[in-house]
Amino acid sequence: MCDTCGCNVTPGNEHLVRGRGKHAFTAEGKVAVEVLESLLSENDKQAVHNRAHLDKYGVLAVNLMSSPGAGKTTLLERTIDLLRDEYRIAVIEGDLETETDALRLRARGVAAIQITTGSACHLDAHMVHDALHKLRLAELDLLFIENVGNLVCPASFDLGHHLNVTLLSVTEGDDKPAKYPVMFRAADVMLLTKADLLPVIEEFDVGRATANLRNLASTIPVYSLSSKTEQGMQTWINWLHQQMAMQRKRLVGGETMRPRVQSDGKRLHGKEGAAPSAEA
Amino acid sequence: MHELSVCQSFLAQVERIALAHNARTVDKIVVRIGPLSGVEIPLLRQAYPLACAGTVAENAELVTEIQPVRVACETCGAETNATVNRLLCGACGDYHTRLLSGDEMILASVELNVDAAEQLRDAG
Repeated sequence: MCDTCGCNVTPGNEHLVRGRGKHAFTAEGKVAVEVLESLLSENDKQAVHNRAHLDKYGVLAVNLMSSPGAGKTTLLERTIDLLRDEYRIAVIEGDLETETDALRLRARGVAAIQITTGSACHLDAHMVHDALHKLRLAELDLLFIENVGNLVCPASFDLGHHLNVTLLSVTEGDDKPAKYPVMFRAADVMLLTKADLLPVIEEFDVGRATANLRNLASTIPVYSLSSKTEQGMQTWINWLHQQMAMQRKRLVGGETMRPRVQSDGKRLHGKEGAAPSAEA
Repeated sequence: MHELSVCQSFLAQVERIALAHNARTVDKIVVRIGPLSGVEIPLLRQAYPLACAGTVAENAELVTEIQPVRVACETCGAETNATVNRLLCGACGDYHTRLLSGDEMILASVELNVDAAEQLRDAG
């Protein structure tokens, strides 16, 4: 699939990286091989496999990321309550320890698989793959993946999901998009949670939070909501409906989508949609 | 904090490439990193010796090439430098920009040590 950079050594392109191929000898007994593959290609291949699996069963997978305590689990509880009659929902929960979150979500009547990562600060595609095998995908429409609470590492790992949702609770401060650009650049939607507290948290300015996000050249929607008072919840629910409809439309056309940040693929291969993988 | 798993991931790729070329050892690994990739180069350098111990790349030099943050403006068309949390067009200030570079984490190339006989056979 990639005969320009030789990133996949196959019988068909092996001649490029062997013998007197385009990768010249540097010195006696030395061969320089151009690779140009993502450093996380092991993870990315697994992610592509996961996504193909999800697409096969028509499941939309949404990855939730935020700091610990921003309200991911509470948001999921309310979201499940509001969508349970329309979609068959399941959750994959990532935490360093405990089954607490999975128990909370099972109490809402959905399947919840807990991944305890031990000391790992993020989920990766392999962990999600193992969890997927514990779910009956044929009986699902919508899969939420609640990532480990962390504004740093989860942003760099494609799990095989379709969309990234980044939560910023108003208690954290409106400067977070400027401080954690990698995370906020990865978002397909930013949710300002605990918005019921805005009247008492004068320091948090929704306009400033949005401006910090726009400074990252991000044009994504920003919604303020409160899982507690349910203010603003409907806008988020509508967004999910819209995404679900788009996913179903894509699948009819045999297409898929990757979450927002797709760093290397596009640039390396010159044209949009040509991922360095089995997706093509 | 995921620099160790990043190392393990690219070393697995390097091992596969080394095996495909019947290389005895790996001399050099070149990676390209942009500040927006989430990979911290100093941490990557610290993690690397731990990750490569016992692999075919045990004695390989790790070369890290830092990529600049650059954006292309979709409004005025200018290509300018930017910073990690200010990806606005340097010419007109608009935020409708596309990242040209700065989020790379690429295994660019590896330098392998192969047997001369092996090379000859391959070349023939």
